[in-house]
Amino acid sequence: MSPSSDATLPRFAPAERWVHRGLGILVGVLLVTGAIMFFPDLSGLVGNRQIITTSHEIAGWLIPVPLLLALLSRAFRLDAGRLNRFSPADWEWLRSRDRRTGRIAVGKFNAGQKLNAALTLGALIVLFGTGMVMFWSSLFPDSLRTGATFVHDWVSLALGILVIGHISMAFGDATARAGMRTGSVPLDWAEREHRAWADELTGGMTDDVTSDLSPR
Amino acid sequence: MEQTDTRTRAGSPVGRRVVLGVVGLGVAGVVAGRWLSEGVSDVVASTAPGLAGVIPAAGGFRIYTVTNGYPPFDPATYRLTVSGLVAEPKSLSLDDLAELPQTQMTKDFQCVTGWRVDDVPWSGVLLRDLLAESGVEPGGQALQLTSFDGAYTESLTLDQAMRDDMLVATTMYGAPLEVKHGAPVRLVAAPMYGYKSIKWMDGIEVTREVIPGYWEVRGYDVDAWVGRSNGRTDEPVV
Repeated sequence: MSPSSDATLPRFAPAERWVHRGLGILVGVLLVTGAIMFFPDLSGLVGNRQIITTSHEIAGWLIPVPLLLALLSRAFRLDAGRLNRFSPADWEWLRSRDRRTGRIAVGKFNAGQKLNAALTLGALIVLFGTGMVMFWSSLFPDSLRTGATFVHDWVSLALGILVIGHISMAFGDATARAGMRTGSVPLDWAEREHRAWADELTGGMTDDVTSDLSPR
Repeated sequence: MEQTDTRTRAGSPVGRRVVLGVVGLGVAGVVAGRWLSEGVSDVVASTAPGLAGVIPAAGGFRIYTVTNGYPPFDPATYRLTVSGLVAEPKSLSLDDLAELPQTQMTKDFQCVTGWRVDDVPWSGVLLRDLLAESGVEPGGQALQLTSFDGAYTESLTLDQAMRDDMLVATTMYGAPLEVKHGAPVRLVAAPMYGYKSIKWMDGIEVTREVIPGYWEVRGYDVDAWVGRSNGRTDEPVV
């Protein structure tokens, strides 16, 4: 049988898509309100300090919620495990100049996505911790308050760059975006961008893969 | 195929190491942050002062407004009113203010959130010189200051207002106040945290007692001495 052109592979479970949506909205609110508080010109343009700070604090407190709920999902835990592990092929992918040609078979996530996930999670943890120091500032000595503010500023700038990179990569690949929106991707896309993952799901065969496949 | 077989979960847990590394750097940064932020601040101030407002914690002013953006004003119609328990209420134009005795002072500006801008030169009319023009009546013990942003207020006791480092400022760094810094007239309560230095000021009312200001009813100290209030131990501004 020849592969049918509309065959698809399941990529993200509903729980993962909802977590992505929730976290995306919260991080968006945090970055926008944070930028308004941080850049003097934006501060002046928008004003309303009290509303901006309160929104920032509420969104900040909610950040752990989608992440903790996500841990209830087996699909999420499996994907987190995949993101965590760097294979020798990942290192080679990072070093190579032809990483987009498909020469190196990429698993469900490429090494760039893995790095982005780890850096984003690390940044969120740091921002949450330093945010709490700033929120309960009276419990901490001035030097730690200054230190927490300093780290919060710089790490949020770095996270902003990561998120802009993440969004611009998504803008460049409508199929990948649809994968996060609908949960599945066309087989031919998977074979091009994530060949090792496609092979893993299809067992190297490419037909009739949508019927009974769920993430293992 | 084994190199590409992700089912075996081959490979080292680099993701976890990156997360822990970032968290570790964050903790180190918090501990060393005061020193680091002063270092960055010094470098920026001496090499590219224009970047101070953009680079995190680089020593620039941060702008806080509590209403929708900056309140508009017309220099021709702007008036600063002095009212309440005074012998002679006043309504002063910018020209009137310019004719009063002018005072210059250069002071650090310390915000309660932690940032500090060193050696900011201001000029304008000392608050006590302004009050002397109107004459405070017996029973007047405090000031309520208002902003034409329509929301912000501040307070001082009369004793605090009579100090020689409480300035009704009209210039900053030798130039007329910028809108973001409170144009055309703001208070500079130098020995106190920045929230006492009300921007876009258009009213000074002498009252019997202190009426807590905008941030003060939201939990900040009324007597906002730098280094001796709000749980902070910053170096006092002298």
